[in-house]
Amino acid sequence: MRETLSLTINGASRQVARGTTVAAAMLLAEQPCRISVTGEPRTALCGMGICFECRAVVNGVPHRRTCQLLCEQDMAVETNP
Amino acid sequence: MTRTEVLVVGAGPAGIAAATAAAEKGRSVIVLDDNPSAGGQIWRGATVGVPRRADTQKQRAIERLQRSGAHLLAGHCVFNADASGTLQTFGETASGSVAEEFRFQQLVLATGARERFLPFPGWTLPGVFGAGGLQALVKGGYSVAGKRVVVAGTGPLLLAVAAHLAEDGALVSSVLEQASLAQLAPFAALLWEHPAKLVQAARFRAKLWKTSYRTGCWVVEAIAATGGPRLAAVRVTDGNRTWTEPCDLLACGYHLVPNTELAALLGCKFRGSFVQVDNAQRTSLPNIFCAGEPTGIAGLDAAVVQGEIAGLACAGRSDASMQECAAAERVFASRMEKAFALRPELHSLPRPDMIVCRCEDVRYDSLRGHTGWTDAKLQTRCGMGPCQGRICGPAIEHLLGWRPVSVRQPLFPVPLDALCSHDETRKIDKLSELIEEKA
Repeated sequence: MRETLSLTINGASRQVARGTTVAAAMLLAEQPCRISVTGEPRTALCGMGICFECRAVVNGVPHRRTCQLLCEQDMAVETNP
Repeated sequence: MTRTEVLVVGAGPAGIAAATAAAEKGRSVIVLDDNPSAGGQIWRGATVGVPRRADTQKQRAIERLQRSGAHLLAGHCVFNADASGTLQTFGETASGSVAEEFRFQQLVLATGARERFLPFPGWTLPGVFGAGGLQALVKGGYSVAGKRVVVAGTGPLLLAVAAHLAEDGALVSSVLEQASLAQLAPFAALLWEHPAKLVQAARFRAKLWKTSYRTGCWVVEAIAATGGPRLAAVRVTDGNRTWTEPCDLLACGYHLVPNTELAALLGCKFRGSFVQVDNAQRTSLPNIFCAGEPTGIAGLDAAVVQGEIAGLACAGRSDASMQECAAAERVFASRMEKAFALRPELHSLPRPDMIVCRCEDVRYDSLRGHTGWTDAKLQTRCGMGPCQGRICGPAIEHLLGWRPVSVRQPLFPVPLDALCSHDETRKIDKLSELIEEKA
């Protein structure tokens, strides 16, 4: 049995398997990681910490590269405005 | 501040091999990696669930690294270094960012490669990923089961990615390789001389019996769904005919470009786009070595051999048999480069109103009239965002021929709180250095 943990993504509660990256969790929740400077929704592109498209607000800290970050219990993740 | 004899940047195959070799010969070794765990990109492990099959080569390499006495520090992103022997990293923890400083006698750069992205209309839509990018996200827990996926671009990675996605339940409708069959043939023939690589290619193809593998085809546009910014289909061409393939996800990457920013910052000499090294993997700077993709895109086997050569060289040793392996892998690399050379039609992919710099949303037409990076950066902010031109740089080099002009520290955006986190010893250290400099 896989161990799950819960976090909130843009205010909605989500269950994910332990080991899930925050970028993957945001894709599963169909939420953009960030809104670009002209207002486009963006999600992770490179998946390896290079492109910075997966930047999101994690526990109040903006611009976290979510593809390099694993989900933690009770984490609060929001789309980076 | 931490002192070590040998400092290795990058815990992929090359970095692991270098660290292991140096540590086994009695040197004190630290390996730094930006990612949460070791393995680099090609040995990236699934962080969710149980791996379907053990990657024995990776497992053996990591176990040997652990036994060697080398220390692995994951989650350390290198943002500054100096050839005189200091290097700075930052890491992000739940409670904030922390900067650290390392002192080394010898440095091994094993910074690997990233995917090359070429911009095309719709490439910023959610649902469009890099080829290796989507694979990495799936390993990080994203599910592609039941999703229709098109894999496109160029390079040997496409087949590996498609096989992995299919294994995870994706419906991979087609793999589109931009290189023509004629261009690929000499490379395919060379595989017979590398049986392990041939077996691997055959294994990938066997998993894709439902998928069409088309050469000489490429994606010209990603089309959004009606009613939302979300991928619905791709337009594909073979140069004569253009057609639409419906899909939920596109995994598109144009082979690899080396991560050479750190080498450039240190002042290593380059040979074209790659770091210049001698037979011992030594760069133009005597205490700095480089192994793997930054010295030439050559894949896993070359990375391991070069890493070991570099690690031994750090301990003052060499091994003639490894030189032969390295030479064979160089032949493989040059054949691969020719096979996956980008076709000229890819120059006309971008439309004028399309974004080329994703960080700053700079349109392609706003680069018109600019002659190079300095000018374009000042006037348009192209390449000035958080990725620091790592994505748009290789794209614009391909489209307009602009070579990168300068690399400055910090190599990655560093949160201010990390720079404020320095411990007292470091402050005292810096102070005494300043005093020495003044004296």
